[in-house]
Amino acid sequence: MSIKENIETILAIETSCDETAAAVVRGGNTIISNVVASQIESHRRFGGVVPEVASRQHTENITIVVDEALEKGEVTLGQMDAVAVTKGPGLVGALLVGVNAAKAIAFSHDLPLIGVHHIAGHIEAARFQQEWKYPALALVVSGGHTELVLLREEGVYEVIGETRDDAAGEAYDKVARALGLPYPGGPQIDRLAQKGQTNIDFPIAWLEEGSYDFSFSGLKSAVMNTLHNANQRGENLLPEDVAASFQRSVVQVLVEKTKRAAVEYNVQQVVVVGGVAANQGLRKAMEDQFKNENMDLVIPPLSLCTDNAAMIGAAAHILWKKKEFATMALNAYADLDLG
Amino acid sequence: MATFHFIVTSPEETLRFAKKIGEKLQSGDIITLDGGLGAGKTHFTKGIAAALHVTKTVNSPTFTIIKEYDGRLPLYHMDVYRIESEEADELGLEEYFEGKGVCVIEWAEKITEFLPKERLEIYIERHPTEERHFYLHAHGTRWKKLCEELEEDENISN
Repeated sequence: MSIKENIETILAIETSCDETAAAVVRGGNTIISNVVASQIESHRRFGGVVPEVASRQHTENITIVVDEALEKGEVTLGQMDAVAVTKGPGLVGALLVGVNAAKAIAFSHDLPLIGVHHIAGHIEAARFQQEWKYPALALVVSGGHTELVLLREEGVYEVIGETRDDAAGEAYDKVARALGLPYPGGPQIDRLAQKGQTNIDFPIAWLEEGSYDFSFSGLKSAVMNTLHNANQRGENLLPEDVAASFQRSVVQVLVEKTKRAAVEYNVQQVVVVGGVAANQGLRKAMEDQFKNENMDLVIPPLSLCTDNAAMIGAAAHILWKKKEFATMALNAYADLDLG
Repeated sequence: MATFHFIVTSPEETLRFAKKIGEKLQSGDIITLDGGLGAGKTHFTKGIAAALHVTKTVNSPTFTIIKEYDGRLPLYHMDVYRIESEEADELGLEEYFEGKGVCVIEWAEKITEFLPKERLEIYIERHPTEERHFYLHAHGTRWKKLCEELEEDENISN
């Protein structure tokens, strides 16, 4: 394939949590290759994300994944215009594997280095679907994050709401565990919920008026209490009904708060990203809610919603345009503010 | 090892209780939190964080494993729920244990052998109501003294 000279091509690397990923992205919106060394099989064994396994595996995977991204894209490092990497937030040990690999490649091939915020990456995955229209609103929902982010202009992220306790994906995971479902719990509950009745009244934490924050801890406790009480009384609750009722509570608050913020800030576009964006119940509710609104709803496909490096390449495009390059002193940051 | 028992009746009271402990904390302190799902471990940590003057929202570290916050002292909030003990030594936890901050470790019973000897172990017993029973196991004289001070504080039921 030929590389257009006026559009930059970026090699992007992501190792913030449990995925080693590399991608080649052109112009922030075209995926040349996108490789994720999914570690989900080894995690399933342990019933969760096992960080030191991840850390060790990142080290083992990183060269293979970068080579494969180049090979699949039929490109060479010599054809790259920059190297981008997730600098945080995440696990420092995991992040450092990617940061050091990116530095080594940038140094040896004399390429500019770009440090990207993981959540900016998730949000910018929307670029692969369509061009941004600002102001825009992003709902980031995953195992580790539940945030509402306002984008008044390109590359400027304002967190207007976040979870005060559990992330939405985490609540799914913990409820799945209480129901004895295998890891990962989210897709299992989503599937069960399609077959169940929403006949259990679980609470929804709306929090104080006007707040765009979320809270799922109370809902989690309510599910635990309901299961416990039913067990004590010898009642048999149908897991699909628990799943459907739980999912209704989660989806309702996510959709409603997103809608309210979208209207308040008069946005042109709403994007839903992060692993939980794959949830069928959430997708459908979002589509229903926004179909009659004068704003675009963008939900990238699952492969671009879970952790991947293409999204890092998309976010790096903005920094490339601004020539905001990192130095060789680039570090990994466990805790990093968006914006 | 001395054990102390406290009962709180609401989430607000848990926060007040945690704040009282948080106000007494020093650099290098280690507190472990155990108790089932929904016991209130993260909620309790919010009280510690408030006493350490952490201004950012403290939320669950289950997926990210470790979250760091700036305050009067740095707060290292960990959740080792997903960690197998034989692998815990590769996580670099010692760096946090020996750091300048306060470590609060949820589900610490999974990695007991890696924990420093001097620590405050807290077990939160969940009740179907909002009531919670706190069992504080003081490992070391400093923690014993701290727990005795808590007991003398008449605003905490026990």
